[in-house]
Amino acid sequence: MNPNLNLWVIPILPLAGATINGFLGKKASRPGVTAVALLFSGAALAWALIVAARFSSLTLPYHEFFAHWIRITGFSADFAFYLDQLSLVMLLVVTGVGFLIHIYSVGYMWDDPSYYRFFSYLNLFMFFMLTLVLAGNYLVMFIGWEGVGLASYLLIGFWFTKDSAASAGKKAFIVNRIGDFGFLIALFLIIKHFGSLNFDQVFGAVMPLPSESAGAGLLTAIGTLLMLGACGKSAQIPLYVWLPDAMEGPTPVSALIHAATMVTAGVYMVSRSHVIFERAPAALTVVAIIGTLTAFFAATIGIAQTDIKKVLAYSTISQLGYMFMACGVGAFSAGIFHLMTHAFFKGLLFLAAGSVIHAVGGEQDMRKMGGLKSLIPWTFLTMGIATLAIAGIPPLAGFWSKDEILWKAYQVSPVYWLIGVITAFITSFYMFRLLYMTFFGDYRGAQPDAHGSHGHDAHGHDSHGHGEPHESPMVMLVPLMILAVLSLVGGFVGWGNHFEHFLAPVFGTVEPAAEAASNVTEYSLMGVSVLVAFAGWWSAYLLYYRRPELPQKIADSLDGLYEAVVHKYYVDELYAVLFVKPLIDGSTRILWQDVDRKVIDAAVNDAGDGARHVSDEARHMQSGNIRSYAGWIAAGAAVVIAFMIWMGMDAR
Amino acid sequence: MVPSYVPLSYYLLLSGFLFACGVVGFLIKRNIITIFMSIELMLNGVNLSFVAFAAHWHALAGQVFVFFVMVVAAAEATVGLAIIIAVYRTRETLNVDQVNLLKL
Repeated sequence: MNPNLNLWVIPILPLAGATINGFLGKKASRPGVTAVALLFSGAALAWALIVAARFSSLTLPYHEFFAHWIRITGFSADFAFYLDQLSLVMLLVVTGVGFLIHIYSVGYMWDDPSYYRFFSYLNLFMFFMLTLVLAGNYLVMFIGWEGVGLASYLLIGFWFTKDSAASAGKKAFIVNRIGDFGFLIALFLIIKHFGSLNFDQVFGAVMPLPSESAGAGLLTAIGTLLMLGACGKSAQIPLYVWLPDAMEGPTPVSALIHAATMVTAGVYMVSRSHVIFERAPAALTVVAIIGTLTAFFAATIGIAQTDIKKVLAYSTISQLGYMFMACGVGAFSAGIFHLMTHAFFKGLLFLAAGSVIHAVGGEQDMRKMGGLKSLIPWTFLTMGIATLAIAGIPPLAGFWSKDEILWKAYQVSPVYWLIGVITAFITSFYMFRLLYMTFFGDYRGAQPDAHGSHGHDAHGHDSHGHGEPHESPMVMLVPLMILAVLSLVGGFVGWGNHFEHFLAPVFGTVEPAAEAASNVTEYSLMGVSVLVAFAGWWSAYLLYYRRPELPQKIADSLDGLYEAVVHKYYVDELYAVLFVKPLIDGSTRILWQDVDRKVIDAAVNDAGDGARHVSDEARHMQSGNIRSYAGWIAAGAAVVIAFMIWMGMDAR
Repeated sequence: MVPSYVPLSYYLLLSGFLFACGVVGFLIKRNIITIFMSIELMLNGVNLSFVAFAAHWHALAGQVFVFFVMVVAAAEATVGLAIIIAVYRTRETLNVDQVNLLKL
């Protein structure tokens, strides 16, 4: 019998923080708001650590039931939590990285007039994200799923007076709706065929089913629709377009929601549903192809971006693509492993980018940075570590997880592996490009007396000394350092497949055959990965440090292609032509001009006009002539009497 | 054999005839006094049916009703005639077709 862990406390704590700050924060002082926000998110982390400490003594999966929610014949759903190795990893990532980013935000957002609102939203996000990862059935998971979408919307549009931020928030929300539609249909299918949404019951019912290797079937449909949901939340082709725009939000938000945690919810959901996917090879192939393509295309877009946060945004999409590639080849634990290491180094990259933006007075364009290495040494150091980690330089975190994914992908199809390796090269290239453009060379930003207006992230940083780039305060640097340490050593949990063995009870046993399979191949593939990582580094070094004039020449020689990449392959424009414009035109012409004005408005107006016309005629009855009144009375009486006779009432 | 009493239907026919006379008079006459008399005729037509039924069913209620109707008719006559005098004083006519301000 399991002890009671009171898992419910973990999400409730940030919710309490959000409520207190949301309702009382406006009147409270900044230190008060800070104390509430950090106390509650820190307490959630502490509770999660307690759970982790007691984890080995539990019989898994651990269930926690709170209340009945829906009870009808043939279906039931409860408020229930569920803890296994997978949820524990997510729990620790969310609370750990979340808490660090809370600390960082204290420094980053200190001068924002809506300081309390920011922390209220951030805590609210923590609540929903924790609900999502701890959910014991798909319905509770869906609460979290929609809730993080809401928090994401609120935080992207945090500076809502700025038009672009408000639009970006809307875009994220609407694009996510498309994915959620798929997720919902998948849930309906599950309810219809299995009569439950509880993980145990659904997976128990799916387990004995045969693999749908012949092609399409129920599980393939469910899997594909779940993947559509994951595409929305985790920004995969074709629904990735919202994530780059989401960079309108404050940088800590980009780090927490749009890099470390929320966007990985899709990977978590697919991994959680691995029982379904494993029996639907077609759906798995869809996942793998989407992941691989997204990884590659997003990486190529990342090459040509000049906004430091946009580079990181496309990098995030690309890394998420890796995770889906891992899921798609059935290596769910490798996907979760990359999810974890990615949370460390990408969270760090965003926070460091925030620190850079903070240092140069809100500027986000890398062309106006440069030479910051000696001015903000701590930021440079931590960001350098994160860059090495994401580029896949051993022995940092990113190397282990990415190599694991590539190795698993190779076992399924060398094509995935090849694209993955090319993507790894591009990743390494654009990340070192970012590093060189930002920290090396000469400072190209505004001079101390020449800065009038700041870039569009100007709300979040302090308002003193924009001229000379300056290092961020300690409260921002400490989270950077902690994450840097995690990025350095976080990969070692994958040493000797420890991580995979830890997750084995969730994803099924590790095949000894695969483990023992030709070490030569594995090591040579590893060698290739390392090689391309260094090749990417070297290319970036050459192009952006030694010969900074070269990139422009190359760009000029690749005229059309370069333009296409700079414009993100015109995907936004394509979507605008294909979906947005027809929708707006259709709504304007048909729904507004025709349906609304000519049918609905016309019906209402005609009803009013008709009533007036009829009464205009009828008012002549009221002539003022007493004899006509009497006539009407007599006629009426005659009619009543005739009616009574006709009905046979005279018989009584 | 001739019945020793007048049948109910005779009374009712007479009552209906009186009432119909009243209705027709009300509808075709223009003089307010005549209209007023037509109303009285209708009332008394109804009164006749009341007493006829009362006698037929040996029920007293019909008789009592007639007294009520007479009392109300008397009260109405006083008020009505007062209004007629007032109308005549202001409009100098008793033609109802010229007293038609009570309209839109």
